Amino acid sequence: MDGALTSFRPANRPVQEGQVSRRVTPRSRAGTSGGAVAPAMRNAYPFSAIVGQEEMKRALMIAAVDASIGGVLVFGDRGTGKSTAVRSLAALLPEMAVVAGCSFACDPAAPSSSCAQCANLPKGRKPEKRMVPVPVVDLPLGTTEDRLAGALDIERALAQGVKAFEPGLLAAAHRGFLYIDEVNLLEDHLVDLLLDVAASGENVVEREGISLRHPARFVLIGSGNPEEGELRPQLLDRFGLSVEVTTPTDLASRVEVVCRRDRFDRDAAAFTMQWAAEEARTRETILAGRKRLNSVTLPLGTIEQAASLCMALGTDGLRGELTLVRAARALAALEGDLEVSTQHLRRVAPSALRHRLRRNPLDETVATTRVEKTLIDVFGP
Amino acid sequence: MNAPPAEGSRLQEDAAYAMAFQAALLLAVDPRGLAGAVLRAPADGRRDEWLEAFRELMPQGAPWRRVPLGISDNRLLGGLDLATSLGTGRPIAQNGLLAESDGGVVVLPMAERVEGQTIARIAAVLDRGALQVAREGVSFAQATSFTVIALDEGANEEEQVAEALSDRIAFHVNFQPFGLKHRPPVLPGRADIHAARQLLAQVTMAAELPQAFCRAALALGIQSLRAPVLALRCARAAAALAGRVEVSREDAALAAQLVLAPRARQAPEAPAEEQAPPPEQQQQENAEAGQDQDQDQEQPSLEDLVLAAAQASLPAGLLAGLGAAARQMARQAASSGRSGMMRRSAQRGRPIGARPAAWRAGLRLALVETLRVAAPWQEYRRREKPHHAAMVHIRREDVRIRRYKQNSETTTIFLVDASGSAALHRLAEAKGAVELLLADCYVRRDRVAVIAFRGRGAEVLLEPTHSLVRAKRSLAALPGGGGTPLSAGIAAGYAMAEASRKRGQTPVIVALTDGRANVSRDGMGGRATAESEALDVARLFKASGIAALLIDTAPRPQPFSRDLATAMGARYVPMPFANAARMSAAVRNAARAPMAGH
Repeated sequence: MDGALTSFRPANRPVQEGQVSRRVTPRSRAGTSGGAVAPAMRNAYPFSAIVGQEEMKRALMIAAVDASIGGVLVFGDRGTGKSTAVRSLAALLPEMAVVAGCSFACDPAAPSSSCAQCANLPKGRKPEKRMVPVPVVDLPLGTTEDRLAGALDIERALAQGVKAFEPGLLAAAHRGFLYIDEVNLLEDHLVDLLLDVAASGENVVEREGISLRHPARFVLIGSGNPEEGELRPQLLDRFGLSVEVTTPTDLASRVEVVCRRDRFDRDAAAFTMQWAAEEARTRETILAGRKRLNSVTLPLGTIEQAASLCMALGTDGLRGELTLVRAARALAALEGDLEVSTQHLRRVAPSALRHRLRRNPLDETVATTRVEKTLIDVFGP
Repeated sequence: MNAPPAEGSRLQEDAAYAMAFQAALLLAVDPRGLAGAVLRAPADGRRDEWLEAFRELMPQGAPWRRVPLGISDNRLLGGLDLATSLGTGRPIAQNGLLAESDGGVVVLPMAERVEGQTIARIAAVLDRGALQVAREGVSFAQATSFTVIALDEGANEEEQVAEALSDRIAFHVNFQPFGLKHRPPVLPGRADIHAARQLLAQVTMAAELPQAFCRAALALGIQSLRAPVLALRCARAAAALAGRVEVSREDAALAAQLVLAPRARQAPEAPAEEQAPPPEQQQQENAEAGQDQDQDQEQPSLEDLVLAAAQASLPAGLLAGLGAAARQMARQAASSGRSGMMRRSAQRGRPIGARPAAWRAGLRLALVETLRVAAPWQEYRRREKPHHAAMVHIRREDVRIRRYKQNSETTTIFLVDASGSAALHRLAEAKGAVELLLADCYVRRDRVAVIAFRGRGAEVLLEPTHSLVRAKRSLAALPGGGGTPLSAGIAAGYAMAEASRKRGQTPVIVALTDGRANVSRDGMGGRATAESEALDVARLFKASGIAALLIDTAPRPQPFSRDLATAMGARYVPMPFANAARMSAAVRNAARAPMAGH
């Protein structure tokens, strides 16, 4: 069947101007809040106001400093503030520069990893820049594949007969964070898609006559309750750091959590204001950490220690070492140290390695204990 | 708790019934903060008066929606409004049930059987106060908050509303102790509720109230931190309802009774000493609590009051009802209930994308995908057939069919003979073999369950769970010794298999035994009776067509074991030396050929 629109479009042909659309769909009946734009959600609970949970907060900050570490998996009891922490992180992140007019938020400072459209700008011409907030995209429960990967823009196709690509959540999360709540309940076919994109850093769309690829590198953050189900080993491996959170057991902490939550519920604006200074400090720390990251030195001795730790633990592959070293460096950058030391390694080792030990899923010893015991063996008490 | 009406007087019951209505009042005062109520009652009308009363208290015209079991995401969350989209030629989204219930009530009948996915979606919206939708070609977000009334019709201990939802809901009301003949108390009207709502934002509380609730929650063994937060909100609502701007001690006590007591997992220790502490200690406590010295020489401190109130309304037989910690964990681990139907056709299961196929009866059209495929051709097709008034031209080759994930999850139930005859070394081998099988199940992502039988009867060590770590732990603690109550073991296995079948899973029984039955159902010894009983029970198996595998661990296989396997319709595998790889392969084959039997 011939038609004017049938030509097979190879993946690396540029998508023409006007052929990528991004919109929020209008509704047939206005809801009580009306409008097609996202309404004001509840204020995010301030990150610094979370009581305790130091390991989780530190892991999130490390992930914010160095995106190449690969994301954080937060597992734990109900009501421990997992989703609160991730959502409040969004408010802390500094802005980033994007190419003006690019629908895929390409980085003007990294032309090699931009979308086909940006790559085809005439050489020597500097692209225009724009500052936008770092995206933290929530993967809503019940998302279908077309919304995740992006798909044909039905409206334009039906109305004007134009083949346009409507980017999905993966494009929206590029250079930012993708947050999956209840990650162990995620449908298999979506997990497959995410694994594929996370591995290659690119989203390849081949459906409904659209053939296109665009960069999609994001930090994957997952949270969930392990009682609901196990995570597939492949997905588990994708996460750089993993954190276990538990409800605080001492009365004082519990009371503090309840009090703060109550104050926040009563008057979110005032509470946020109270914590604004602390939040600003945390934001500065993250920003400074990012700037310092490349100047933190990594002595050979530290690399050797990391390697011996991983060998002693028997982690699979080399990703354990890489993550460990990167995370230690990010921690050093956050704390203002110029060199990565054994102390930094020790502090990030549990998060970096506890989920990579799962050779035998039936192993009795709790993973964290194993890591800590091995730390003592390798590095001394 | 299925106990008959309390042995106390009728007055006591009436008081308890009235207390349930207090919950309705408070919920109406702060429907968003308190999130809702779980009503545990069989569907015989006991809770209807409560529901009616609650409806009368909510604002006139507030939405009241029932969520049917097995509701689709499209209807729950929202999605493409097909008719309007086709009519206007642009994608228009439509609100789902949750968005429509903004400011109103969402009722969940048969709440203990609602799917985990639906529970997760409702819980997410409760948390955020907003709905985010990205599906079927549409994206939108909307602020929505509602109250959830979960109608828990569970008949026994195992059937409970999923904790993910019940943890977020303030009131757990149990109607089972009440008969049908209670008169509801006279309640304030809408105007009073409205006034209370206005007052709510101004209510203040004593600084030691959060501490009192936290301490009481800890003493009652309530792990979640949501419970004290909900109790605080409840106390405020109570104050507002009474027209006060400050939370009083009675409000605190009421909140403890309504919110904390139903969640209690243990009885607090040594209440007698707490009630009457020595004078020095009492003074010290009062000083810490910062209350007036002279006033509180006689009164207990706020914390004690809260705890005592919660304790007073602990459900009867709490300790007996809870049983061992293992059972409690098993309850939490058990799935939050399936719709109870076997899903076998091409129209059931979870949708996972679409594929091109010829349209025929029995298949479900994937409308959005079909439209997407047809979309680029419209211009051309319109030109080709200008006289056709159709808005959208669809051809046969555009048709896409929805693919479903078949719910053929297997539950592997291990029946382990831990009796003395299967003694020491055999049990260790059997345990080791089971562990390796469990690892295999993990790879195949099945559920596993473990039942052990020895001594006088069978014991469920582990309810069906995905968690391998729990499976391993339950096995490790298993001691050996005692007689072999084979018939009890098989009966327990049969019961569990039927239960999991009802939930839409495929059960497979793996029995590891040496067949030396010598204890019958009534606990008496005697090989002959035990063997014949075992054969009787085994025949039930065959009749139900459950896939089974009998692994004979006896050093010298006896003919009885083979007879037993035939009676069960099970595959018989003699394995004098338990070889895990062979066992694993045998289990896999058993699952694949359900009716074959051998």
